[in-house]
Amino acid sequence: MAHAAHDTHGHDDHHDHTPGFVSRWFFSTNHKDIGTLYIIFSVVAACLGVGLSVLMRMELQEPGLQIFANGQMWNAMVSAHGLVMVFFVVMPALIGGFGNWFVPIMIGAPDMAFPRLNNISFWLLVPAFMLLGSSMFVGQGAGAGWTIYPPLSDSAYQSGPSMDMALFALHLAGASSILGAANFITTIFNMRAPGMTLHKMPLFVWAMLVTAFLLLLSVPVLGGAITMLITDRNFGTAFFKPEGGGDPVLFQHLFWFFGHPEVYIMILPAFGIVSHVLSTFSRKPIFGYLGMAYAMVAIGVVGFVVWAHHMFTSGISVDTRAYFMAATMIIAVPTGIKIFSWIATMWGGSLQLKTPMLFAIGFVFLFTVGGVTGVKLANAGVDVILHNTYYVIAHFHYVLSLGAVFGIYAGFYYWIGKMSGYQYPEFWGKVHFWMTFVGVNITFFPMHFLGAQGMPRRYPDYPDAFAGWNLVASIGSYISAASFLVFIYVVFLTFARKEKAAANPWGEGATTLEWQVSSPPPFHTFDELPRIR
Amino acid sequence: MQDPVARRNRRTGIAVLGVVAGMVGLSFAAVPLYAVFCRVTGYNGTVQTGGPAAPGAVAGQVTVRFAATTHPGLPWRFEAAQGSMPVHLGEQGLAFYRAANETDRAVEGVATYNVTPEVVGKYFHKTACFCFDAQTLQAGQSVEMPVSFWVDPAIAQDPNTRDIRTITLSYTFFRTLADAERTGALASAGPHVGRAAATP
Repeated sequence: MAHAAHDTHGHDDHHDHTPGFVSRWFFSTNHKDIGTLYIIFSVVAACLGVGLSVLMRMELQEPGLQIFANGQMWNAMVSAHGLVMVFFVVMPALIGGFGNWFVPIMIGAPDMAFPRLNNISFWLLVPAFMLLGSSMFVGQGAGAGWTIYPPLSDSAYQSGPSMDMALFALHLAGASSILGAANFITTIFNMRAPGMTLHKMPLFVWAMLVTAFLLLLSVPVLGGAITMLITDRNFGTAFFKPEGGGDPVLFQHLFWFFGHPEVYIMILPAFGIVSHVLSTFSRKPIFGYLGMAYAMVAIGVVGFVVWAHHMFTSGISVDTRAYFMAATMIIAVPTGIKIFSWIATMWGGSLQLKTPMLFAIGFVFLFTVGGVTGVKLANAGVDVILHNTYYVIAHFHYVLSLGAVFGIYAGFYYWIGKMSGYQYPEFWGKVHFWMTFVGVNITFFPMHFLGAQGMPRRYPDYPDAFAGWNLVASIGSYISAASFLVFIYVVFLTFARKEKAAANPWGEGATTLEWQVSSPPPFHTFDELPRIR
Repeated sequence: MQDPVARRNRRTGIAVLGVVAGMVGLSFAAVPLYAVFCRVTGYNGTVQTGGPAAPGAVAGQVTVRFAATTHPGLPWRFEAAQGSMPVHLGEQGLAFYRAANETDRAVEGVATYNVTPEVVGKYFHKTACFCFDAQTLQAGQSVEMPVSFWVDPAIAQDPNTRDIRTITLSYTFFRTLADAERTGALASAGPHVGRAAATP
């Protein structure tokens, strides 16, 4: 299908010469090195995010206050868990990590369009993470939830610098995402190899293109909203203060205009990865390629006009609710096309149940569960009852904590041989999959029951009636956390065993360009552009 | 990288960053646009102000109820002088609220207001109201504050509103930002997380 030429040439004798440690990893402009940095960063951030979630489940294991001193401490940890997972685990891994690594290779480009901008994107994320992490330990912490609604995020209720630190962290992370998105769009539009038309682009590249557009249009709105919040807190403006003529509900509109596309930003790259993995391990091309690509475009477009379904209880009129409910349900159509096409890809294929394939099949299953509860929540009438209950928690953890994270793991196992040159240990990979699968389901499935019974989110305590399923969920979270340790062990084994990975360890099912270069790829790929036939 | 690609990249990059700048601009433009949108459509129960005087009573009657809320940062007692009152459609109604400053210094407050059900917003006219301006109460002062209003008879024609028999008029009084700043009651960095701003 594609042929890659990446031989050294006379004019550059030092073709594969890599720079020294500091200039390679700190001043890096190489898309593969920056991708590696993003992935390492994401794993480090995940240690904090997972740690916080275990603390939360320890608190919720029994009724009463166990390990948290007070509600504000709980609020701060819950908020940090959400923001860390969204901005510093899922997005860096899927977009910065796999995106940087494989978008240029898959389209046959030598690097990203703006390599130095790429470096800035990554290094903005590090201080952002440090600011957010330390905000938990300054004053009483930033406890306004990841949605940072005023008036709770106002200076009256979140005083001191911790909230400002969290907001500034979001600014930095947002700037990082915007620069990264600009880079991806430019790269994908201008730097495709000859013959790589948009309609021949691998689905992961399509996913990254749509994701980049979503970032470009939504993150600046978050930037504007939190700028207003910062000036409300510190400089006496009243964008969201009723006493000065502002309106706190406006913040909800601005936040969710960003926040809803954001959830697709987190899941679309996982869609792309899963498409590749399912096709590779079924030894069949993906079913309905164009439908898959344009389903993602449709999800992205419609994703911008459904934001108020997060605000059904914020006092919006019946007609408005009817519109947002219908628009939200429409998203189930392109999503259904994707699920159908994934299953049709596997149908009649010669399936190989390697670890990445297990995670990809797990993704399809769990994402479907999360999608179905999403359609249920989209009903404005039902949502009035379920709003801010554990049903919502269960729903979005099924699509993100299980969906997006399974996508990340599928991508990791699929590409770790390519990225590092060392193949992962298959046995431990499967142990990791089954522990994760069992753990997350035991954690999050009971939350549907708790939510349906009316247990509200964002509280460290609950009535005794909810004790049973909370205990089950806590046990599940310990299994999940242990599976994360198994993942760390898999990474350790991968690099300790040094089992060399072939250029294409997956056989004829793996058709995209990254499998045409060696494992790991040379420091500079595609100095001479490949020709796609 | 050949030069044409670099040039194309620069052009695309600038265009893309222009989109970002546009979206930031739009997010700030949303502030006045949202206010205009609410005023024009009556969204969120935004009432009509500055309109014509009441056209005169016609057939049909609604009950108007009065709600009063005081933000904890404002040291006033604020309440409706009457529970509810019937008004004919198109008839001028007059109601009163009572406010008392319970401190020993002058305090300036301002009220936000809307009506419930929210769809009624575009049919509910206020011709005069204490809520249009900030109010200053001297130390210990107590006042009765009037609001005059009328309900547009068109409410009986609109299929979304013709079944509505009760309209709740709601006010929330806040301390004005200027007053809070003057008296040092403006919430700011300090060890008072989770509590309302300290009152003097």
